[in-house]
Amino acid sequence: MEIELKKDGTHLDAVMHGRIDTATSAEAESILIPAIEGIDDLVLDFEDIQYISSAGLRVLLLVYKKMAVQGEMKLIHVNEMVREVLDITGFLDIMNVE
Amino acid sequence: MIMREMTVDATVENIPAVTDFVNRKLEELQCPPKSQMQIDIAIDELFGNISNYAYKPDIGPATVRVEVEKHPVAVTITFIDGGRQFDPLSTDEPDVTLPASERRIGGLGLYLVRKTMDEITYEYRNGKNILKIRKNI
Repeated sequence: MEIELKKDGTHLDAVMHGRIDTATSAEAESILIPAIEGIDDLVLDFEDIQYISSAGLRVLLLVYKKMAVQGEMKLIHVNEMVREVLDITGFLDIMNVE
Repeated sequence: MIMREMTVDATVENIPAVTDFVNRKLEELQCPPKSQMQIDIAIDELFGNISNYAYKPDIGPATVRVEVEKHPVAVTITFIDGGRQFDPLSTDEPDVTLPASERRIGGLGLYLVRKTMDEITYEYRNGKNILKIRKNI
């Protein structure tokens, strides 16, 4: 799992790679939570995310709750598998997914 | 019926090894990628739970058994650990319709497994937690 951060003022693109699962979610959290400090427009690019398990959903929800207070966030380039996981768990209903 | 099993320490670090072990069997079956992903996620959830809770704060072994049936094609994966007794099927299902602000963090893993597998069963026998998932391929 790797995350590329591209910051432009208060806008942040986070391009995610690999799997967000039990083994990698703590690292994803430790990168994303400080990175969104002061950000009001967050884009999580999932093009290269193969799958997400509940450990990853936990991180998504943490980030989402923080961004709900300070601005907007959306997920882009979500593949079919990840979209299904988001759908089953109700995340599609609460998050802005393109 | 073909059966194979591996026993390793139940640790998060061993999840990739367990996943690879199961995937090798699935590839022989020409399992569709979507089903394989769902099974990989199930392994992450279930072996992850055993790693995080079964023996805490110690480390103990877990056995993962893969059984394949040919007619119709189905895979059964059994997770066996000798840690503290825990029936994951006894937990309440999370409310997936709640708005984000009211959502509890966690509790979604087993829900995902229930929704994506065809069958899930639990029993406690001879001091072992035995959790089985079955997926029709």
